[in-house]
Amino acid sequence: MKVLLNHPAREVEVKGPKRVRDLLKELSLLPESVLVVRGDDLVTEDDTLNDEDHIEIRPVISGG
Amino acid sequence: MRCRKCPNKAVLGIPRHHTAFCKRCLTEFVNDQVERAVAEEKMFAKTDRVLVAVSGGKDSLSLLDVLHRRGYQTAALYVDLGIGEYSRQSKAKVEQFVAARGITLHVHELKEEEGAGINDLADLIHRPTCSACGTIKRYHFNRTAVEHGYDVLATGHNLDDEASRLLGNVLHWQTEYLDKQGPSLPASVEGFAKKVKPLYRLAEREIAAYAVVNKIDYIVEECPNAKGAKMLLYKEILNRLEDESPGTKQAFYWGFLARQKAEAQARPSMAESDRALLHPCAKCGQPTTAEVCTYCKMMGRMMAKTHQRA
Repeated sequence: MKVLLNHPAREVEVKGPKRVRDLLKELSLLPESVLVVRGDDLVTEDDTLNDEDHIEIRPVISGG
Repeated sequence: MRCRKCPNKAVLGIPRHHTAFCKRCLTEFVNDQVERAVAEEKMFAKTDRVLVAVSGGKDSLSLLDVLHRRGYQTAALYVDLGIGEYSRQSKAKVEQFVAARGITLHVHELKEEEGAGINDLADLIHRPTCSACGTIKRYHFNRTAVEHGYDVLATGHNLDDEASRLLGNVLHWQTEYLDKQGPSLPASVEGFAKKVKPLYRLAEREIAAYAVVNKIDYIVEECPNAKGAKMLLYKEILNRLEDESPGTKQAFYWGFLARQKAEAQARPSMAESDRALLHPCAKCGQPTTAEVCTYCKMMGRMMAKTHQRA
C-alpha cells in the first residue's frame, strides 16, 4: 500500500495486509501523535489496511 | 472498533476516556467538551461578541466552526506574519473558511503595518523568532479585541498546548507564568480583553479528528519556524507518557488547574494583582508592567536597527 507521511511530505510503500497499530509501530510513530486516514475516512488502530489502500498519516502535533 | 454510544463503526479511539466514537458521536463529544469548558469557566454567553484568533490550523478553525455552528456571535482575526508560502497558504485557508460561513474577518498584515515580516523582524532585534512571534500575536489579539469592542478573545489552545506549556514552566520553575496558565483570564484592567481557551478539555488528536470528519480544510504543514521548537519536544514526551498511561496529560493539566483554584481563595485575585501591577504603555496605551510595553520596545529596536542599516 502507498502511505503518505507529512513533516516532511513523503510517500513510502508498505506490504499489506496490516493492522493500523502494526503500521504505526513499523514506522516508529506514536498513536497519540497521528491520525490515520484511508481515502477520506479515519481508521482506528484495530482496522486492517490492504495493499490497494491509499493511506495518509497525518501528524496532529503543532508548535502551539 | 465500534462506537461506544451507537452501533456505528468508530473513527477514533480515545483511551484517556476508555471510549471510541463514530463521526457523529465524535462531533457531539467535541461540542459537549467545548460547551462544558465555556460554562464551567464562565467564558462567554450567546449574547457576547467573541473574537476568535485563527491561524488556518486545525485548532483555531475547529474552534470557530464549533462556536459558529452553536450560535455564538463570532468574528475571526488573522495575523499575517509574512512567513512566505506558509503564510500565503494559511491565510487562504482562513479566507475560504470565513467566506463559506459569512463570518467577519479582521486581518493584521505585519509586513504592511510594521514594515517587516516576523523572520526579518526577529533577526533585526536579535530575538528568537517564536518568542517575537508570541509577543506580536498577543499584542494584536488584545488590541483588535479591545479596539473593536469584542467581549472576549478566544484562542484554539488545546490540552496538549497547555500541558506542554505547563511542563516547560515547571521544568524551569518559571512560577511567575503559572498564574496566567488558566483557560479563562479576566479583563482585569482598562485596555485588557478577557481571554479564553475553550478547547482546553480536548486533546490535539481529538480536534484534528473533528476537523477531518467535518471536512474542515486546514493547513497541515507545520510553521517552518517551529522546527526544533522546545514545545514540540515537550509534546512528544507527554505523548510517550500518554501512550504508556492514558490520561496523563489531563491529570497533569487539570490537576494543576484544580490546585490553582483551591489556592486562589487564599490569595488576591488575578484582577486585583493585575490592577496593582499594570498601567498604560507610555507609547501605545496597552496595559504593561513597564513604562513602555514589550511590543513597543521591540518595534523601537527594529526602527533603530533599520535606520542604522539605511
